[in-house]
Formats: sequence, C-alpha cells, structure tokens
Amino acid sequence: MAAVFGMLFDGVAYGMLLFLMSVGLSVTLGMMNFVNLAHCSFAMLGGYVAVTLMNAWGWPFFATLPVAFMAAAAASVVLERLFFRRFYNAGDLQQCLLTIGIVFVSIAGAAYIYGTDQQPVHLPAYLTGSIVFGGMEFAVYRLFLIATASLITLVLVVGIETTRFGAQVRAAVNNQRMARGLGIDVDGLFAVTFALGSGLAGLGGALAIEMLGLDPSFALTYVIYVLIVVSVGGLGSIAGTFVAAMLLGISDMAGKYYIPALGSVLIYLVMLAMIMWRPTGLFGRR
Amino acid sequence: MTSASVAGPHAYLQAQARWRRGEIAFWLATLLPLVLTPDYLVLASQVAIAGLFALSLDLILGFSGIISLGHAAYFGVGAYTAGLLSVWGWGEPLTGLLIAGLAAGLLGYVTSFIIARFHHLALIMITLGLGLLLQEAANSASWLTGGFDGLQGINTWPILQKFDFDLYGYTAYSYSLAVLFIVFLAARRLVYSPFGLALRGIRENGQRMPAIGAPVYSHIRTIYTIGAMIAGIAGALLAQTTETVSLEALGFQRSADVVVMLIVGGAGRLYGGLIGAIVYIVARDRFSGLNPQYWYFWIGLLLIAVVMLLPNGILGGLALLAQRLRAKS
Repeated sequence: MAAVFGMLFDGVAYGMLLFLMSVGLSVTLGMMNFVNLAHCSFAMLGGYVAVTLMNAWGWPFFATLPVAFMAAAAASVVLERLFFRRFYNAGDLQQCLLTIGIVFVSIAGAAYIYGTDQQPVHLPAYLTGSIVFGGMEFAVYRLFLIATASLITLVLVVGIETTRFGAQVRAAVNNQRMARGLGIDVDGLFAVTFALGSGLAGLGGALAIEMLGLDPSFALTYVIYVLIVVSVGGLGSIAGTFVAAMLLGISDMAGKYYIPALGSVLIYLVMLAMIMWRPTGLFGRR
Repeated sequence: MTSASVAGPHAYLQAQARWRRGEIAFWLATLLPLVLTPDYLVLASQVAIAGLFALSLDLILGFSGIISLGHAAYFGVGAYTAGLLSVWGWGEPLTGLLIAGLAAGLLGYVTSFIIARFHHLALIMITLGLGLLLQEAANSASWLTGGFDGLQGINTWPILQKFDFDLYGYTAYSYSLAVLFIVFLAARRLVYSPFGLALRGIRENGQRMPAIGAPVYSHIRTIYTIGAMIAGIAGALLAQTTETVSLEALGFQRSADVVVMLIVGGAGRLYGGLIGAIVYIVARDRFSGLNPQYWYFWIGLLLIAVVMLLPNGILGGLALLAQRLRAKS
C-alpha cells in the first residue's frame, strides 16, 4: 500500500511539472492554432539559466527561479517578433518545420555551451531529504514542487476566471475572429500570453532539474510529453491540461514502477487511444 | 487559355507527363558516380536510398498534404523485415525487398484507417505517436530485433545469384539506383494520373473534393499505403546493402531527417526528395568530422532559412527564378 502511495506521490509531482511546462502551449495553441514544437526549448533555457546562476554565480536556488521565468519569457518575445508571427496563417507543416529548426538550434547551442552532461543542481538544505508522515517517506523537494505548482495553478485559474485579461484570453481562445470583432487586441493579447506561457515553461524547466535532470536533449524529449498533455487535455483548456498532466505523470510513473520492461510503450498507446477517442481532447471544444 | 486545357483533361495530363530534357539528363547523371567517383559509391548508394525514402514521403506529404512526423516507422519495418528474413536464412535480395515492401505496406494500410480521419495537431500527434510507439516496441522486443545493439548476422545473397555485394559498393549502388529508378517510374506514372490529380486536389482543399465525386478517405488510404510500401522498400535496401539494422532505422531522428530532405529539395515535386537527399547526405558526409549535435545546429538554421525564404524548397526557388527570367525576356 505504501508503495502505491509513493508511486502516486511521485506521479503527482511529475504531473505538476508537466502541467507547468504545458499550460502555456495549450493556451497559445488554443488561441492562435500555432503548433510550437519549440515550447520546451524555453523550458530548457529556464533550466540552464537557473543552473548557471547557481553554479557559476553562487545565487541561492530561490533567487534563480524568477530569473529563469524572465529569461524564458524574454527569449520567447524575441522569437515571436522575429519568426513566429509571420507564420500564424501558414500551414501546420511550415509551423512544425520552423519550430523544429529552433529546437535543433537550441539543442546544439546548449551542447556547445554546456556540453552534453547532466547538469548538477544545488538545493538549499531545507529542500533536500525527506520527512516521515504516517509511516511513509515524502521527499521534501517533491512536496515543495507540488505546493508551488498548486499555487501557480490557483493563481492561473483565478486570473483567467476573474480578471479582465483572463476574460479576453478566454474570448480569444473561444473564437478569435469574434474577439477581434469586439475590439479585443488579439495580437497584443497573444504576445503577452505567449510570453507568460513560455515564462512558466522556463520556471518549470528550472524546477524540473532536480527530478528530471537537464541535458541538451531535454528540449526534444519533453516536448513530446508536453504535446501529449496538450492534445489529450484539449487546446486552450487549463482544467484539461491539468487533468491530462496528472494522468500522464501518474501513468508514466506507474509504468516505470511496475512494468519497466515496457518502457514508454504504455504512454504512447494510451495517448493514441485517447486522441482517437476524443480528437479534440478531454476538455476541448474544437 | 493554353491549348491543353482546351483539349481536355487527358491531353493536359499527357502534356504534363512528357519527359523533359532535364529529367533525362538527371537520370544519365546518376550513372556518373560509377565512372567518375568510384571511391564514393557507398555514399552514392546511401543517397539513392535516402532519395527513395524521401520520394515515398513526397507522395504522402508533398502531393497529398498529409503531415507525417513518423514516417521512419515504415522504413524501419521494411529494414527489419529484410534483415530478419536474412537472419532466418533467406538472404535472396529481390524477394526480400518485395516481402519487406509488403510488410511495410500492410502496416501502412492498417494505420491509414486512423491517419485518414485526423487533421492538424491530432494528425501530427498520431503520426509522431505511432513512430515513437514502434521504436519503443522494437527496443523492448530485443529478442527479435536485437534491441539497442541492432540486428546481427545479416547476410545478403548475390543479386540474381550473380552480382555479389563488394566492398566498394559497385553492386550496392547499381542495385539501389535500379530500384530507385523503377519505383520512381511508378511514382511518376501515379502522380500524372487522374488519381494523382485528385490527390493534389485533396491537398489543396479536402472539403471540396467530395463535391466533384472524389472519395477523399479512400484516396488518402491508398496513397498512404503506397507511401508506406515504398518507405519499406527503401528500408530493406538499407538493410541489404549495409547488412545491419539498428533501432536508429525507425527513430524520430530519421523521420525528421527525411522531412528536412524533402522540404529542402521541394515538397510536391517529383525530384524534390531526390535533390534534397543529394544535398543532405553529401553535406552530412562533408561535415562528418563535426559532432552530430553541431550538425543539427546547421540543419536547424537551414530549416528556419528554407521555411522563411524558400517555402517551396530548392526546386521551387529554381522554378520561380526561371519564371522571372522568362517574364523579363
């Protein structure tokens, strides 16, 4: 029984990370239908920024997190202005190719600067180790992950549901043309949302180092998981993304705990079945 | 109005299907490596195989507009089928090629029922997912595929019991080139047929095609199966000429590579994949001293540049240039 709870606990922590890295892509995809395969390159950037600040400059872990967020957001704004905005009306293929190109460049750039090794992370002492509660051990860092991600989720949901900005985002996701017709500046809105989403990915990347590791292939490995989350959850749906991220996190952990021989076969099978069952995702409307 | 459109659709198709001088020159030039650069025949046969693979994707992606990020699945199934046949004691290349093509075609036929139903992100995810699924499955089934170490003990018999595979690649290149040419002829015939025209219609607007009586789903299933079969033949060629098969044969990297080749050469043009394969494989050979990770830096830049500046690839750019020159004179 304890083993099952341990697996669930790890799965939830993992799912939280996936949620942080996916939610931005889900919203921007829902709004502009722009297939951004380079989303995890921003997450990777956040990770490397955090690692550099910690290891080379001796910054404390917590101080690096906002910088990781800002760096990923800033990079995404630059790329959006330079490249992405020209392709909002282009076909899926053009968008895929452009963003795969960016993924390749980012992987090679990371390998050039940092080498292909896993990056070490130095956590403050109070985030390491584990606490025992009810006869079970919980890793402190994973508890911290769950708490942080839950907090961010709460802020996101409240922000989207209650603020003026959130209402505009919902309108633009729902029907972009109608939103334009009502005088909402969808392009400006999109740029802000894109930066926020990429920033969250960067934050997720920085938080993920301890659990998932960080090497140049991160951008390609995890973008596949993120795409699974987004397409299973449904474009533009925060609740859907959350549920899908949890499902993926827990089932991937379960697969690794109980049937390691199968590798990721289970995940891909489940994803294919889900997409065939509901092509627009669990909570998607389109 | 051109005379072709007045004369009716058959005359139009026939006029398109006429062999041009450039095409004949291209195929004569493919014989040159045998005479001029005998040291590079192994490379040349790799180019021919990659070209065949890119051609198979061109039929699906370029001519019919079906995006696939998992096309290596069919390449890999062909490669493993040919490899396993040889390991199990049947190294005859021509029948091996045929059986491998049929196996990949069968997988293509089964999956085409799924592919035909989806668009946009769902389609991208399904092709990607199928590719990854197969790769993971091949990795897990190491008793069959040799897993991470690759398939050991492939031995290809001489072609027609006469032409043995030599170290310099004379046989390998001639064999690959011959297969490429024959499949190319078939693909060319297909593209310039009414069926090929219907495929281009589906690419341009899949919703309007049923209105003029074209069965979109069954057309997509047919071309997807054919594309998978050709990809399988390409995979089998690789297995037979190199006598090794590794997991890399059905990895995501290979799926991405072939898309890059096709896009660089020019999707939706018969020679796009072939030109792209020549450029890509030769460039990779030139820069082989480079760490593969840095190689992908240049590939990434190339992709961005092609998408931004040459959306129809090298051949599309050349066609545009020729058009402008003609308009000036």
